[in-house]
Amino acid sequence: MNWAEFFHMGGYALYVWPVYIVTAVILIANVVIPFRAERRILRDIARNLRRESRDVK
Amino acid sequence: MWVWFHKLGSPRYFWGFSQKLMPWLIMACCLAFLIGLPWALVFSPADYQQGETVRIMYIHVPAAMMSMMIYVVMASAGAVNLIWRIKLAELVAAASAPIGASFTLLALITGSLWGKPMWGTWWAWDARLTSELILLFLYLGFIALYNAIEDRRSAGRAAAILALVGVVNIPIIHYSVEWWFTLHQGPTTQGMRVGGSIDPSMRYPLFTMMIAFNLFYVMTLIKRTRTLVLQQERNSGWVREMVGSR
Amino acid sequence: MRPKRKRRLYLVALLLVGVGGAAALALTAFEQNLRYFITPTEIVDGKAPKDRAFRTGGLVKPGTVKRAEDGVTVGFTVTDNVNDTRIAYKGILPDLFREGQGIVANGRMRADGVFVANEVLAKHDENYMPPEVAQSLKQAGAMPEHEMGRKQGNKL
Repeated sequence: MNWAEFFHMGGYALYVWPVYIVTAVILIANVVIPFRAERRILRDIARNLRRESRDVK
Repeated sequence: MWVWFHKLGSPRYFWGFSQKLMPWLIMACCLAFLIGLPWALVFSPADYQQGETVRIMYIHVPAAMMSMMIYVVMASAGAVNLIWRIKLAELVAAASAPIGASFTLLALITGSLWGKPMWGTWWAWDARLTSELILLFLYLGFIALYNAIEDRRSAGRAAAILALVGVVNIPIIHYSVEWWFTLHQGPTTQGMRVGGSIDPSMRYPLFTMMIAFNLFYVMTLIKRTRTLVLQQERNSGWVREMVGSR
Repeated sequence: MRPKRKRRLYLVALLLVGVGGAAALALTAFEQNLRYFITPTEIVDGKAPKDRAFRTGGLVKPGTVKRAEDGVTVGFTVTDNVNDTRIAYKGILPDLFREGQGIVANGRMRADGVFVANEVLAKHDENYMPPEVAQSLKQAGAMPEHEMGRKQGNKL
């Protein structure tokens, strides 16, 4: 495959590649943010559980 | 069928069900993108008229269709919440909003990047573009409203009403190119049929990307809903037990 | 006012302004489009505004594209397959501009009946196919017609 031609996109590289870059950014953000949020809240709940059991003692 | 639906309305059942479903969704989504992206970028032809810019279609069209579909899901979930008071429906609506807004933004940005080389302008106030922009405002309005109201139940209901009021925008977006003179070309959905205006060599990669975007939505929707469920149910017995045993 | 309540007030106000602004936008934008696209036939029928900018367009008639002596202005004729309008334009033409292409021009009518455009945009159709397929369709005379040669302006 001709890589130079591929990146050149028939002269429209300035339009086509930003499309795919923006897509990657938006999709990755929509994966990272919720995955992190779930992990964070699970950690939160776990921490509170531990704190509770310590207070009880 | 209804029994299962009712069961799904229980946050605890939803948690267990989604836990089992997620790995499959992630795999299917990755597979769809793994097939769709090379197909869109490399293994499909350039267009006779639009050249290589047609590759923008493989993102723009699925994004636009998702932006509308997600809104309908969001409004429907809101309606279910309003009518049947199923809390999980409210969470599904709330979880859908940022994803829908993302796809709407993506559709607008990619549309603009496609419009400049092909039409000669980054933007035009034609019926389709304007109504899609309004869709973005509706999503943002939904998110703002839902977060602005203190009482969660009222927030869910108010946002649901907003979503339902705005649902009229969806047929407007879809039929805008038929009802009014627009710079935007005619509907692509008809072109996707066999014998439609899209050549098979382009129709199949487009279809694959549509599936990929759909799977992506379901995957991230479930992820976000799970987090909302945890927030809501954090003090319940099953959550404490589940977290404690991790 | 308590900070939380203030925040909510701002958010709701933002919401109202947003929705209100969007609605106003929609109405003005749609109206503009509804009223201000004038087909070549309507121009010939005298329905074109004489003192106001509007939009017209059609298919670029083959053989009518000429560059003026000043080297910058381009003249071409558009048709809706019933009537023609001559357009003069100083500026960069879109990539897709060529004979047979549908175009939309923004501008004013000049006294001599020539439409002076300040913006020329290409309106393409929803047909997607590889060049070879287009080639064989054209040779068979089976290329689908551009909508601007078929319908008259607004469909409503």
